Amino acid sequence: MTQRSDLEHIIEWVPNESRVLDLGCGEGELLEALIDAKQVSGVGVDIDISNIAKALNRGLQVLQQDMELGLDNFSAKSFDAVIVAYSLQVLSQPHELLDRVADIGNEVIVSFPNFGHWRSRLALLLGGKMPKTRSLPYNWYDTPNIHFCTIVDFEALCRELKITILEKRTMGPIDVLSSLWPNLFAKSATYRVKRQ
Amino acid sequence: MTDTENSVGIVTPQRFVFDEPIALEAGSELRHYELVVETYGELNSDASNAVLICHALSGNHHAAGRHSPEDAKPGWWDLVIGPGKPIDTDRLFVVSLNNLGGCDGSTGPASATHDGGDLWGPDFPQVTVNDWVETQRRLASRLGISRWAAVIGGSLGGMQALQWSVSYPDWVDHCVIVAAAPSLTAQNIAFNEIARQAIYADPDWRDGNYLAANAQPTTGMALARMVGHLTYMSADRMSDRFGRDLRSGSFAPDSSEAPLFEVESYLRYQGEQFSTRFDANTYILMTRALDRFDISDTAKGDLCNAISEVQSDFLVISFSSDWRFAPNRSKELVDALVANGKSVSYANIESDGGHDAFLLENEDYLAIFSAWMKRVAA
Repeated sequence: MTQRSDLEHIIEWVPNESRVLDLGCGEGELLEALIDAKQVSGVGVDIDISNIAKALNRGLQVLQQDMELGLDNFSAKSFDAVIVAYSLQVLSQPHELLDRVADIGNEVIVSFPNFGHWRSRLALLLGGKMPKTRSLPYNWYDTPNIHFCTIVDFEALCRELKITILEKRTMGPIDVLSSLWPNLFAKSATYRVKRQ
Repeated sequence: MTDTENSVGIVTPQRFVFDEPIALEAGSELRHYELVVETYGELNSDASNAVLICHALSGNHHAAGRHSPEDAKPGWWDLVIGPGKPIDTDRLFVVSLNNLGGCDGSTGPASATHDGGDLWGPDFPQVTVNDWVETQRRLASRLGISRWAAVIGGSLGGMQALQWSVSYPDWVDHCVIVAAAPSLTAQNIAFNEIARQAIYADPDWRDGNYLAANAQPTTGMALARMVGHLTYMSADRMSDRFGRDLRSGSFAPDSSEAPLFEVESYLRYQGEQFSTRFDANTYILMTRALDRFDISDTAKGDLCNAISEVQSDFLVISFSSDWRFAPNRSKELVDALVANGKSVSYANIESDGGHDAFLLENEDYLAIFSAWMKRVAA
């Protein structure tokens, strides 16, 4: 992942000294930044053992766990914020995860690459091939990203799951365009949502 | 990794004598006992870098280094204890003892009841994980330690580490529980019972009074160990290591020698080695302590409740192919800690090493262990 401007928004949104669950925490950069900037107490979850080792090296608390096999070990409202940063698109049942984390966290922060971005659309329309971009460099057959969605898709899913969008930020190379027409011009989006 | 460059080197066990009687959990009292101990590294001036290693069923105080340059093998957990290793003796003071009831120098069934007295034999009182924690605490005081930077153990040793964090929350800064469980399963107890019955069935067992008769139930012990050892390995690893290879003989009709599979030969060797090294009464006692352990005992079987007062930062490690202490048992403990909002990290290491994986070289295992240990006495 080359462009991770979502991280700035996430750090901004997480309350001071809150209890945070970072699902798909990777090497733990975000959790570490949140501990530094917001003095949170954080738990990371990742499936990859080398990510776990790197996160432990940072002094973090992390659990090796396949979040797709369930999150039953986390009880309802046990975290102030659950973060799902750039992970939704790799899941086989992203809607089930979103539904579940909306119960675990008082709030949920979700970020994902926007597949509605014009480059992706153009690649498919003109090239007739699944798009490959700098931030999404995979072929269709080897990509971990199996469930791409667009900003419009995500907001529709939130409505269906009765999850309220509290705030959203869309990020693209040209700020004006990506905030005016996010589904076309934003490369990624970050949402702060909550189950009412 | 060659073990000369990051070994603790030549180590010498020390003996600690305790004359203050200890009331054992099972009801009896020991008036006098001795513990054999090894230490590695230096205790710092405020005694804040002490780490306790708890051993498993057949372990002892000799966890790292060698007793003499001629020793073929180093201590049982040399893999993780030493300079620059996960339990880094360059900065930690490591304490490793032979538990009470053991047969490697600490007071146990093969010891005399008093100076010049008879041997304890089968009359040695049953000790429990709680009793071990109590004796380890007394040992700590003797060493000038009033708080462990970490208590660390695998298998039955992991159960002791867990018990420490529950019994003495203020004593245990960090707790590492490897290939262990909050209690044994029925299947696990069953394997221990088969091992015990193998020993009882040996005519040389003599109701546990074999030493007085100058005998050893080696056949029973070997069989017990063969069963135990088998359950510590995974089917895949056995296939890889032994396959259907023959050690000797052949299936040819005209062969003069009966076929002997490699795996048979290996198990027989393991059994034989163990039967001459380990005391049968200690084996019975250790398996009973293992069977009896249930951290939820004091909380009416409620694990979440049982661990609600712990204060340690935990590392729990399991191994994918361990079916004796399966990953889901470690996960039970991790889930209970998470439910209590306790600090815990967990990794399930991909390995074909079975339960024995906690003693075996594995890149992921060592990376996880090392990375986490940096926070101990940091």
